[in-house]
Amino acid sequence: MRQIAIYGKGGIGKSTTTQNTVAALAELGKKVMVVGCDPKADSTRLLLHGLNQKTVLDTLRDEGEDIDLEDIMRLGYGNTKCVESGGPEPGVGCAGRGIITSINMLESLGAYTPDLDYVFYDVLGDVVCGGFAMPIREGKAREIYIVASGEMMAMYAANNISKGIKKFADSGGVRLGGIICNSRKVDNEHELLKAFAEELGSQLIHFVPRDNIVQRAEINKKTVIDYDPTVPQADEYRTLARNIDGNDMFVIPKPMTQDRLEELLMTYGILD
Amino acid sequence: MAINEKMLEEILNKYPAKVKRNRKKHILIRDSALETQEIEANTRTIPGIVTNRGCAFAGCKGVVLGPLKDMVHIVHGPIGCAYYSWLTRRNKARADEPKKNFLAYCVSTDMQESDIVFGGEKKLARMIDEVVEIFKPNAITISATCPVGLIGDDIQAVAKAARAKHGLNITAYSCEGYKGVSQSAGHHIANNGLMENIIGEGDWEEPPSKYTINILGEYNIGGDSWEVERILNEIGYEVQAVMTGNGSYEKLKNAHVAQLNLVQCHRSINYIATMLETKYGTPWLKVNFIGIRATIESLRNMARYFGDEALIKRTEEVIEKELAEIEPQLEPYRKICSGKTAFCFVGGSRGHHYQGLYEELGVTTVLAGYEFAHRDDYEGRDVLPNIKADADSKNIPDLHVTPDERRYRLKIPAERMEELKQEIPLSNYKGMIDDMTDGSIVVDDLNHYETEEFIRILKPDIFSSGIKDKYIPQKMGIPTKQLHNYDYSGPYAGFRGAVNFARDVAMGFATPTWNFIMPPWKNQPLLEGTVEDCTANTCVEEVAT
Repeated sequence: MRQIAIYGKGGIGKSTTTQNTVAALAELGKKVMVVGCDPKADSTRLLLHGLNQKTVLDTLRDEGEDIDLEDIMRLGYGNTKCVESGGPEPGVGCAGRGIITSINMLESLGAYTPDLDYVFYDVLGDVVCGGFAMPIREGKAREIYIVASGEMMAMYAANNISKGIKKFADSGGVRLGGIICNSRKVDNEHELLKAFAEELGSQLIHFVPRDNIVQRAEINKKTVIDYDPTVPQADEYRTLARNIDGNDMFVIPKPMTQDRLEELLMTYGILD
Repeated sequence: MAINEKMLEEILNKYPAKVKRNRKKHILIRDSALETQEIEANTRTIPGIVTNRGCAFAGCKGVVLGPLKDMVHIVHGPIGCAYYSWLTRRNKARADEPKKNFLAYCVSTDMQESDIVFGGEKKLARMIDEVVEIFKPNAITISATCPVGLIGDDIQAVAKAARAKHGLNITAYSCEGYKGVSQSAGHHIANNGLMENIIGEGDWEEPPSKYTINILGEYNIGGDSWEVERILNEIGYEVQAVMTGNGSYEKLKNAHVAQLNLVQCHRSINYIATMLETKYGTPWLKVNFIGIRATIESLRNMARYFGDEALIKRTEEVIEKELAEIEPQLEPYRKICSGKTAFCFVGGSRGHHYQGLYEELGVTTVLAGYEFAHRDDYEGRDVLPNIKADADSKNIPDLHVTPDERRYRLKIPAERMEELKQEIPLSNYKGMIDDMTDGSIVVDDLNHYETEEFIRILKPDIFSSGIKDKYIPQKMGIPTKQLHNYDYSGPYAGFRGAVNFARDVAMGFATPTWNFIMPPWKNQPLLEGTVEDCTANTCVEEVAT
């Protein structure tokens, strides 16, 4: 079982990319579980065709400790297992602690069955506190992919997340598997991201071009493969899935200084 | 044996350089020839140094709020903080109204994992409803523990809503344990809250009697406050409110009518004392009811403040009567105690207060210090303008009060006040160092290592401190006396309290226990036998078998 955590700047497209990739893996016949680690609980919407999932924490609150796996796990597209950790409403409580609680709950309920090929953790935004590092602590997720784009702030966030990975790399054995570019169509994006990934000591695992079909599929509460398996964008996700499936490059990232990051942007980011 | 600078240096040399530099500033050898002796205090303890200090929650809920008896004190947090602050300070109370003493209860929201994740505000609100329904207290306090601050529960808003809902004085204290450098931060937070929300809430405009006073910083440990009140009542004082030992919301809300505030523990309550002076014009007098001489001096200073001949006369009569009662009782204990030496390391005022009582028993204090006091408690309030606020102290909000337009009045004429300030410690405290003899040691935030080292060199006959460090000296064969909670004894204040203290200390010296400190195998042979000459027969038998 490969456990993979997806990080990246807020709004970069982590949930969309994760679910589309998972759909492609399911198409390949892989058994996948997706664990949404975001209090908004929207990490499995496309696989489940809507936000109809009761979260682990909501269930825990309503039912007490005595809950069954079926209460919190739904089957989505291609028989993917979907779980949402959930969390408090904005501005109260501790969402980080919530993620720790729900992952522990999943473990004690026996959600991690040996037949699974993949577990994906879709984690909110940056590694803001200890709770959001939960999937990469204690060796839960051993592979990380960071979703980024050619935009400055996305790369800045990716670099910051790399610092978190580096910190846990020694104790938890976690490694960076690569950078996924979710294109924003900025200048020279492919080269920039490739250089950025290499500077981190990693690789650009795939460049996902921007295509409005993704938006259309999302409005229809579906992944692209589910919505229209014939479009070129579906193949992009299939390639990404195959690249991840065949990936053998797992590194401890070398996060760069702010100055170096800006140098990189100067070198690759401006087309004249 | 006294300690000189060289020996002090040797003790400190065991520390890493940075730690040594730090600790050196917290220790001094008293030298009255110097005009001032500066000591560092109220700064962060070095991690790992094994301090006695507590946290802001302990200072707020445990010390200042906890003793108020007709209120229910809710601890918002996981259960440990409530459990370990439950009746541990021995602040006694007797109900004024039947069924209105809640001190024996431990009331906590007992936060669970899901309360941490989703926030505990709703649970707290439900708990307040329950508390009102079950106990019908006169008021409620809510004290925050660390996780409450981390997850950002808005306890002030919950308190406000509950106040409106129940028409009851319900106040919240953001005294998370991680605030400040010791429990001292919690005292300040509690002082601000009581001043802002309770004192002055009552509708009294005039004092109930001619000599109405409040006692501040007296927590009725082992019944101290009862002994002090007994004496004061006998002289003819009306004690309006005690802050906060055996205290109550009902008394506290009208505390603004007093004509004089007595300050026993300067550290924990000086904030309220100065705010009462600013807001209502009530001066405060530093008193000390620990020790016979100190008690007499305090009583005389009070009488001088009011300046009434009859009161002065009555004061002397009571002093004479009390002395006649206790002097014969003290004599046998003095014989046992005389010539002994003591360490006196207590919180924020007793380290100073008990030195006089020891002296009266013939015991010399060779080392004294405070756990969490500030520089003014050592060096006197004159030093206040020189204390630089650091990031830790700025973290604790200062409450700024202004004169109450309706209730502010001068209790005595301004010129008289200035005259009196020359004679008695009115709105002033001169600190501990001034009272200490040359060559004695002053230590701030004493730790385990230093305790052992100073005991090794100074070999005191008694070590007076608290539960956290009492077993170190005890295992070294030195009697201890807890001055935080009095080891299940007391009262020690006032005249009769002095006898109790003398009895307990003498008992510590005289107990045969100390004869058994050395285990027999340390000074007696484990085996005994005789060596016999080998006769032919025995040797042969040995070989044969």
